[in-house]
Amino acid sequence: MASLAEKLRDCARGLLAEGKADVVIGHAAGTLPMRSAPCFVRSAGEVEGLIFDHTCGANLAKYLVKDKPRGKKGEAAKPEKVALIAKGCDGRAAVQLVVEGQIARENVIIIGVPCRGVIDPHRLGEAVGGREVLSCRPEGESLFVGGDGFKEKVELREVLSECCLSCRHPVPPVHDVLVEEAVEAPGGADEFAAVEKLAAGSPDERWAFFEREFFKCIRCYACRNACPMCFCGECFIDQNDPQWFGKSTDPGDTMLFHAVRVMHTAGRCVDCGACVRACPVGVDIRALAKRAEKEVRERFGCEAGVSLEEAPALAAFDEDDPQEFIL
Amino acid sequence: MSDWQPRIIAFLCNWCSYAGADLAGVSRIQYPPTLRVVRLPCSGRVDPLLILRALREGYDGVLVSGCHPGDCHYLSGNYVARRKFAVIKAVVEHLGFEPGRVQFSWVSAGEGEKFANVVAKVTEDIRKLGPARRMAAAEQVK
Repeated sequence: MASLAEKLRDCARGLLAEGKADVVIGHAAGTLPMRSAPCFVRSAGEVEGLIFDHTCGANLAKYLVKDKPRGKKGEAAKPEKVALIAKGCDGRAAVQLVVEGQIARENVIIIGVPCRGVIDPHRLGEAVGGREVLSCRPEGESLFVGGDGFKEKVELREVLSECCLSCRHPVPPVHDVLVEEAVEAPGGADEFAAVEKLAAGSPDERWAFFEREFFKCIRCYACRNACPMCFCGECFIDQNDPQWFGKSTDPGDTMLFHAVRVMHTAGRCVDCGACVRACPVGVDIRALAKRAEKEVRERFGCEAGVSLEEAPALAAFDEDDPQEFIL
Repeated sequence: MSDWQPRIIAFLCNWCSYAGADLAGVSRIQYPPTLRVVRLPCSGRVDPLLILRALREGYDGVLVSGCHPGDCHYLSGNYVARRKFAVIKAVVEHLGFEPGRVQFSWVSAGEGEKFANVVAKVTEDIRKLGPARRMAAAEQVK
């Protein structure tokens, strides 16, 4: 039986050879052991580099939206047909981008891949006591990791991204091709457990928690750059006129940045965890983002990226939306 | 501390709540002098950034007020805003701001009395919470 990667390559080869796609966006082995690199395949001969495994954490939907040229006048280029190798969350992000009018549905081919969860480098680091991991090899439900002077076996569940543990969409709900039948999600965990635990505490306790988390932030904006939903031509944090808030790592400024980013992704976030994995200092970004997601889910019954018909939750309304909190 | 008055920033819709505040004024209805009013074209104009920035500036509370549902000058501005308000309230409170720091109301141009009552209630709620302690840099709290 052909492996998942082989089926993936066959699929990509086919799409490129038949001219259905101009480019296939997928993952290739990276230079660091735990991180795959995004890979743009333009000819059938180049597909051999494509892989798919637990290291494919980047959300490739990020590459569907081209940088918006600002202040330049140019004739519209012929849009490329892009085939996206998509695990559940990549596919949902792509659908959300279609819903928001950022990309045209006919220009993207969603190649669904069943995802068994991706490794969070921070959790892996914790599992091996902060030692540098130089190699990793998955085998069943375990991961064999090696580094300078050590070899260890860790449970996969311990090192997968937290969002994967409560994943409900291992395969994109909307896809054009499915390379392999759906697997069972590594999920099962309650996705809002952490939010509810925090909510059960006092405001002071929550503030102390978020102060501690966001204090780590060095304002590198890796979270924004990894986020498939962050596509604004000019991000509010880059604006100078008006400059909405300071660019220092002052705790208030940092807090403001994270809170506003959560508001910007509210109802659109597909909880892929790309921001958490991209964060160099391990800020628990999802702790606040999940609160917004919970509110949107419970109040409006909306989930991002599962349907092409559903309007973005915060761009739509129902006349009978609950308003018990309004005086 | 007993005579401490909170500083509350109010984002009011031009078409109703701002006119409601005006009516409260011309009707000489008494209400606490705690508001700093920012007039906006619609409650739909309230960017979450405005609310968070106000808290960052050290305001003790934020009041957002717009037209009653169905009465929006732009037909649906307040309906869309209502969804946004629900989420920002949840996020701000999850972050650790006390419930009551950020409040929302619908006040029409004819409801001068309601406007005064809303201001009195919001002022009292925030007075109980005390001065802003979150997010504002110490030197910015005046």
